[in-house]
Amino acid sequence: MKRLSWDKPLIYLILSVGAILMLLPFLWMLSTSFKTIAESLQFPPTWIPQHFTLENYKIVWTKVNFPRYIWVSTVVTFFTLIGVLITATITAYALSWFHFKGREVVFVAILSLMMVPIPVYVVPLFILVQSLGWVDTFYALIVPWTVNIFGIFLLRQHFRSVPRDLYDAAVIDGCGRLRFLWQILIPLTKPALVTIAVFEIIGSWNAFMWPLMVTNSDHMRPIQVGLAYFAQGESTNYPALMAASTIVILPLIILFFLAQKQIVESYSRSGLKE
Amino acid sequence: MKNRIWYPILLLLPALVILGTFKFYPILSAFRLSFYDWGISGEKGFVGLENFRALFQDPFFWQSLLNTLWYTVFTVPLSIAFSLFVAALLNRGIKALGLYRTIYFLPVVTSIVAVSVVWKWLYDPQRGLFNYLLMLLHLHPLQWLEEPRGVFELLLGRSLPTALKGPSLALFSISLMSVWKSMGYNIVIFLAGLKNIPQVYYEAARIDGAGPWQTFRNVTVPLLSPTTFYVTIMTTIVSLQVFAPIWTMTGPPPGGPLGTTSVVIYYLYQKGFEEYQVGYGSAIAFVFFLIILAITVLQKTVLEKRVYYEV
Repeated sequence: MKRLSWDKPLIYLILSVGAILMLLPFLWMLSTSFKTIAESLQFPPTWIPQHFTLENYKIVWTKVNFPRYIWVSTVVTFFTLIGVLITATITAYALSWFHFKGREVVFVAILSLMMVPIPVYVVPLFILVQSLGWVDTFYALIVPWTVNIFGIFLLRQHFRSVPRDLYDAAVIDGCGRLRFLWQILIPLTKPALVTIAVFEIIGSWNAFMWPLMVTNSDHMRPIQVGLAYFAQGESTNYPALMAASTIVILPLIILFFLAQKQIVESYSRSGLKE
Repeated sequence: MKNRIWYPILLLLPALVILGTFKFYPILSAFRLSFYDWGISGEKGFVGLENFRALFQDPFFWQSLLNTLWYTVFTVPLSIAFSLFVAALLNRGIKALGLYRTIYFLPVVTSIVAVSVVWKWLYDPQRGLFNYLLMLLHLHPLQWLEEPRGVFELLLGRSLPTALKGPSLALFSISLMSVWKSMGYNIVIFLAGLKNIPQVYYEAARIDGAGPWQTFRNVTVPLLSPTTFYVTIMTTIVSLQVFAPIWTMTGPPPGGPLGTTSVVIYYLYQKGFEEYQVGYGSAIAFVFFLIILAITVLQKTVLEKRVYYEV
């Protein structure tokens, strides 16, 4: 290993340069968000704001409807998450612990729907939601997304790995089917549920194309759509835009630091062949 | 489990109803509507393959398809090369692995709209950070998102025929941002794959006197190929569907400059939703689905032969 003694410092150097490049956009965003417009246009640019100001955050928070956007996104994320967890659990349960004719057919049919990406059917979906009178309502933002096929798939894999003996023992003790699901299967498969929740929260919070289509009023805009329209309208006020972007990114960054291990593990698990 | 049939059906019902209504039915509709003339004034009836005929003669569709393919051809290999490189370095038993991984992963959890807004500012031709950095290196400033000329044209310093231009610098700039955004995910997947390679192979390579590059080339790359295969297919499917950065970073109107960043999904959005040409939009959607499918199948047949599965 002596031969390799020079390469450790080199590895750290490369990784650190890379890490700085990864962080650069975020640092620049933060730095700009505390500058005045005049300072943001100054050349050469300053790294540390000379005239530190919170004015941009005030603008974004009071003059633009950002608190409302955050509220809409929070409600949408919350109810979509609940829907997805419930449907994934009961569907995976039916598809793994019950024997009935056509079970595999149902499973394959559901799985094959996963292959079709959203943009392919988004226009007819919009027409359907419009005919239901749901445009510009929470229903449109939540209901179509309360089933996550990947979640069903993942949970079914985990349910199947639970030994059969557990069920037999539970039944002898007089445990019903739902109680078995609730008290035995779910606690045993918590990591899978956390994975599904992680993807769902990040996905809902960051959803863009569908909310862009089904919301008209400023009042019903989720945060990504609100930010996109704000960016279109204020295309030159970079300090305010950076403050807005910081506000949009912050909740997920906080979540990421709180549940870093689970989040990275969730992503890394999603790529493994089960 | 002996049971009455209604019990599992009851459990399946919610998911089946929602998927049936909000996914299966719209997919069927998209297929059906692609054979209909349905414009802003409502449905006008069955027109057979007319939408598809019009689509194949639509230069804007072809341009958006070409743009999408250029975008994918640049984004996927760059993303895989960089993330494999970083993952391989991270796997060398370094300290602070967690810290590096966290930093590289950070862009993955952030929203594409917000990072698009930030990168648009970085790319600003007058006051952007990137041009300032180029200036510090005594290089020419670039027009980035406002540059319609192809990257090969810029590299060679002369104009080229359409097919050889490459993506516009504007589209390439978006590609670079996507590489930055998606790298962390691929790194994590690669790291998981690298962990699965038994240490004995590295020992054997070391005993045989293989250097770091030889080891990487002859041990890591083949043994990691199932992971690389998965990452390639997933990154390609995601790249082909790029939309949010186009809407947020380019224009106004989005797709500019000179239509060089108009991608298929944006064109679909424009036709099917903004202009409400539902029939035509559905034809785009349907053709695009077939293209994604064909590319995936092609990748499977070409790449899977080179995947080394451990026995």
